[in-house]
Amino acid sequence: MNLTMISKSLLIALPMLALGACSSTGDTESESTTQTGTEQSTEATMDNTVQTDTIEAVTLTDEELMVQEYTAAILETTINFDFDNAVIKPQYIKVLDAHAKYLLNNPKKSVTIEGHTDEKGTPEYNIALGERRAMSVSTYLENMGVASAQISVVSYGEEKPVNFSHDEAALADNRRAELTY
Amino acid sequence: MFSRLSLLFLMLVISVQASARLEIVITEGVNSARPIAVIPFKWLGRGDKPENLSEIISADLRSSGQFSPISVDRMAKTPSTSNNLDYALWHKMGVEAIVMGEISTSEEAGKFVVTYELLDVVKGNVGIAEYSPVLDKRRSTVTKEQLRQYAHRISDVVYEKLTGVKGAFLTRLAYVAVDRESSHPYQLRISDYDGHGEKLVLRSKQPLMSPAWSPDGRKLAYVSFEKRRSQIYIQDLYSQKRELITSFPKINGAPSWSPDGKQLALVLSKDGQPEIYTLDISSKVLHRVTNNRVIDTEPSWAPDGKSVIFSSERGGRPQIYQVEISSGTTKRLTWEGEMNLGGAITPDGDSLVLVSRHNGNYKISVQDLGSGELRTLTKTQLDESPSVAPNGSMIIYSTIFQGKQGLALVSMDGRFKANIPAENGDIKSPAWSPFLN
Repeated sequence: MNLTMISKSLLIALPMLALGACSSTGDTESESTTQTGTEQSTEATMDNTVQTDTIEAVTLTDEELMVQEYTAAILETTINFDFDNAVIKPQYIKVLDAHAKYLLNNPKKSVTIEGHTDEKGTPEYNIALGERRAMSVSTYLENMGVASAQISVVSYGEEKPVNFSHDEAALADNRRAELTY
Repeated sequence: MFSRLSLLFLMLVISVQASARLEIVITEGVNSARPIAVIPFKWLGRGDKPENLSEIISADLRSSGQFSPISVDRMAKTPSTSNNLDYALWHKMGVEAIVMGEISTSEEAGKFVVTYELLDVVKGNVGIAEYSPVLDKRRSTVTKEQLRQYAHRISDVVYEKLTGVKGAFLTRLAYVAVDRESSHPYQLRISDYDGHGEKLVLRSKQPLMSPAWSPDGRKLAYVSFEKRRSQIYIQDLYSQKRELITSFPKINGAPSWSPDGKQLALVLSKDGQPEIYTLDISSKVLHRVTNNRVIDTEPSWAPDGKSVIFSSERGGRPQIYQVEISSGTTKRLTWEGEMNLGGAITPDGDSLVLVSRHNGNYKISVQDLGSGELRTLTKTQLDESPSVAPNGSMIIYSTIFQGKQGLALVSMDGRFKANIPAENGDIKSPAWSPFLN
């Protein structure tokens, strides 16, 4: 469930035109190979002495190609924060490192970092707090060498929760920064 | 130029039908209210009564928290003029004042004549000729559409005569509704103060925030994310005309009108941290008010227009500060509580209304600016966005009530409380209009 959601968000987040074009050429090639194989096997099965079967060529999904290059952390696009805090927790370092590497390898790509908060406190203060979270992600990426021109920042404060409940678990889910490509 | 594009994201709605979605439900404070009799107005015309004025007046007086209108069932008689009135009867019921009147058709087609009287039962019962029990007596000609408004006008007069404070029943609310089922979930709406006559001002696929009334009650300033970034707009409520005011990189937030309506105080983070600025609305000249390495936000003008109060983290946790615009002289106003946010000075200049955090709970509180004493008014935990009625009698705010975000009212002394639950979705960021008359 969680993985599906992450990979879905990646489909939107990382269209990856270059890699997409590459793999579609691969698809065409593997199809023709398969077809040749099918003809041969049809001939071969005619005399019933030996039997063969066709197999599909191995192709990787866009996500898998990304994971191969940038580790599974590239699929994560949400960074959660502690209450009233904009410090990036250690478990998200590998996530941000993966995104930094992707942005460094693809200097024409740009990322928007959305800052979000829980509903505690006032909406206007939460806009400021959300921006502080987005900025701490932005600063981390820039420290890793990502050009500031590739990064834009927007704070939605408490206005766009992902979890609409009002319990502590919901509040924790909503304290976050999101990377969108 | 941007209008064609923005129409894709949001729709301006021209005069939507009125539907009462909000209703005031009183939860606390009826016992301490003063008993009053609002007698059903006598209809002298033919057919059905065009509007139930006494019901509107009773609801107004009840929701002020100051008065407890007695039930019509308890009235032995329902006179409509003070001629030969049996004051002793009403005095025995413990009623201290009577509102009564008549509605008749006017000679002008489609109009009605309303007469009403406000009577002091104690004076009437004593019956000394020099002390007239008639506190007020008026006559007006109004259209059918104006009858409801005229009832609020009568409530204003009654409230002012009996309390000495101007009534705020002819006022409106602006607020943000979030209806996640809708194609445009974020909706800026206005209604009469009592939730009647709700109208859609603007709806958008992206968040709308921080509505603020211009001092003349004609315009709203607000924040819109329709371009996937924050921008401040001013919209004329009568002409529907929208004007983009600021669209700087990063935060454009928390607009607040100066008392003379010529400037906005607002928050921009274009130069780093969120800072308070003032903007001259006609010339668009910006003046930076704060300069600090931490968050400064939530500006709100003092009633004299010379200073702005704001929330700042310069002392660690956010507290409320006041800065004089001309000199930049800044002083800290709040010291109690873990943090204080969203401050606004009351119209009389004597108190500071704010959101105060105690033991992790966010509650509406009032600080006396003279003594510095802080009083907590609410018992809920996630209160935000307090907005004070123009007569300083009541605070409207948003809170979580039965699992949903909705509006609530609390009187300035904390004794009277009411909820205004949302019919569907969440309702937040209320802003009480100035006096509209």
